[in-house]
Amino acid sequence: MTDKILMKGNEAIAEAAIKAGCRFFFGYPITPQNELPAYMARRLPMEDGVFLQAESEVAAINMVYGAAGAGARVMTSSSSPGISLKQEGISYMAGSELPGVIVNIIRGGPGLGGIQPAQSDYLQATKGGGHGDYRLLVLAPQSVQEAVDLTTEAFELADKYRNPVMILGDGMIGQMMEPVEFGEEISPEDLPKKEWATVGNKDRKPNIINSLSLQAEKLEELNIRLQKKYEKMKEEEVRVETYKTEDADYAIVAFGSMARIALSAIERAREEGVKIGLIRPISLFPYPDQVVGKVAEQVKFMLTVEMSCGQMVEDVRLAANGRCPVYFYGRSGGVVPTSQEIYEKIMELVRGEKE
Amino acid sequence: MKVVAKRPESLMDKPTHYCPGCTHGITHRLVAEVMDEMGIREKTVGVAPVGCAVLAYEYFDCDFQQAAHGRAPAVATGIKRVLPDNFVFTYQGDGDLASIGTAEIVHAAMRGENITTIFINNAIYGMTGGQMAPTTMIGQKTTTSPYGRDSKSAGNPIRVVEMLSTLEGSAYLARVGLFNNKEIKKAKKAIRKAFETQKEGKGFSLVELLSTCPTNWGMNPNEALDWVKSNMVPYYPLGEYRTPEGGDNK
Ligand SMILES: Cc1ncc(C[n+]2csc(CCOP(=O)(O)OP(=O)(O)O)c2C)c(N)n1
Ligand code: SF4
Ligand SMILES: [Mg+2]
Repeated sequence: MTDKILMKGNEAIAEAAIKAGCRFFFGYPITPQNELPAYMARRLPMEDGVFLQAESEVAAINMVYGAAGAGARVMTSSSSPGISLKQEGISYMAGSELPGVIVNIIRGGPGLGGIQPAQSDYLQATKGGGHGDYRLLVLAPQSVQEAVDLTTEAFELADKYRNPVMILGDGMIGQMMEPVEFGEEISPEDLPKKEWATVGNKDRKPNIINSLSLQAEKLEELNIRLQKKYEKMKEEEVRVETYKTEDADYAIVAFGSMARIALSAIERAREEGVKIGLIRPISLFPYPDQVVGKVAEQVKFMLTVEMSCGQMVEDVRLAANGRCPVYFYGRSGGVVPTSQEIYEKIMELVRGEKE
Repeated sequence: MKVVAKRPESLMDKPTHYCPGCTHGITHRLVAEVMDEMGIREKTVGVAPVGCAVLAYEYFDCDFQQAAHGRAPAVATGIKRVLPDNFVFTYQGDGDLASIGTAEIVHAAMRGENITTIFINNAIYGMTGGQMAPTTMIGQKTTTSPYGRDSKSAGNPIRVVEMLSTLEGSAYLARVGLFNNKEIKKAKKAIRKAFETQKEGKGFSLVELLSTCPTNWGMNPNEALDWVKSNMVPYYPLGEYRTPEGGDNK
């Protein structure tokens, strides 16, 4: 199927999951991602799948845990306050090495916050979120098409690493309508068998899904194994896009819809003769620090733009490692920086730097 | 020589970590015997709680998942929805099921989730060293109710089976006591019925077992069994509260 169809981000993610062989969805209502479970509730029964509205996000993520442990491709989605509730289950999934895809369509926080788009769950998503030494693979789309492509990849990566994967979007990605194209459809029956899954132990020893290790040395072994996995992700799964960085004197770093908005500010600055480029991390974990570090050697400063009070900027600073100043511009609470604001910030920094 | 007490095939051949006189061991055996008799071991997936039975997966010879504290019914729901033809059971204590996991058990029952729950009511948090549970008896001393549970501050004990029996999704609900051989036989019958309920796809089934924790009750095993009979049974009446055929049998 190559026809393009017009779809909302939330619905497109749901359809992409089904096309990736996901037949199980567990969720709890919260704005601004409600279209996703509603789409699943409509579509999954047509595919002999299961949509279940859980009693809470806590229950939903634990249903994901059970279904993943039973060998299925499974998804849950929510928005910030609900994702906070899922952290316990996400930590257990990481500890028990279970694959699964979690969608966070971020809204402004903290607390109940608002329902407008934000990126203020960056730290929660990339640094752990729940307890213990673990990481998620975190993918941040900037368009509906990319949300579709990354959802497909998310299921592959989850199975490849036996690790939960998070799609980190924001209200804009979720609500935006764009033409999309879906890839090959995968049938669950054609997926490789998961030998470790709990499906009944005919002619073999029991399979156990577990994160408990009462012996410190044994638990450390698990942690060492997990760290190796995260190192491998850093080697193999970095996804990043650069735009006009070859000749750049300055660079903006932004992800998700923020990168799209920053792009028009970059074009305008270029028209004014300011050679500025863009680094757009697509995988937030693993973070593209090599690319950021390399560009940092060449530019006079970097400007990180976020829909938050400054979260990813910490990773940009670590990656730049003092090779250039790293500035920050952001709005929060659901207020989205405009390209005009970003343009003005660029020009102000360029002037200051020339003085 | 006639073998009188053989280890069920569904149990591993290894010693458990349970304290002497603790009824967790008996309950494991009863569940395993039912699995043997129904011939369902190879089709069963268990879910272990957080509590003294956290290591249940070490003792049963079947696939197992270990769940976060109180979340076993949600985990079991995920498993059962993927594997509707398998048997799925949770094994949970009273802190796990009736406190932190109240929402999960109520909603699993509400949905009529076709799973079986083995519910160990020992009126205390065993694993963490004897704190008050929602099922702790009025006046019972624990480390967090050192003057005895006071209903004014801590409320009255939860009767789980009665609470769940208001839900249409509960197909089989029974409460049994493990304080003598006759009652242990009844307990096994109830567990069998619970698994049969699941086999027939009738919906949610749960057996509450009034159990002992001699260690944290500060009693020897026999005193503990007597305490179940004389203190717990009057407050937690035994019997079947819901059956697939309809009606109760108390
Ligand atoms: C989220 C969370 N809170 C608290 C604990 C600590 N904890 C471990 S076992 C337990 C109580 C278990 O008591 P119960 O369910 O009655 O089981 P028993 O040991 O009596 O069989 C608690 C509170 C935990 N592991 N996780
Ligand atoms: S602490 Fe209590 S419940 Fe736990 S094993 Fe010992 S006697 Fe049994
Ligand atoms: Mg207990």
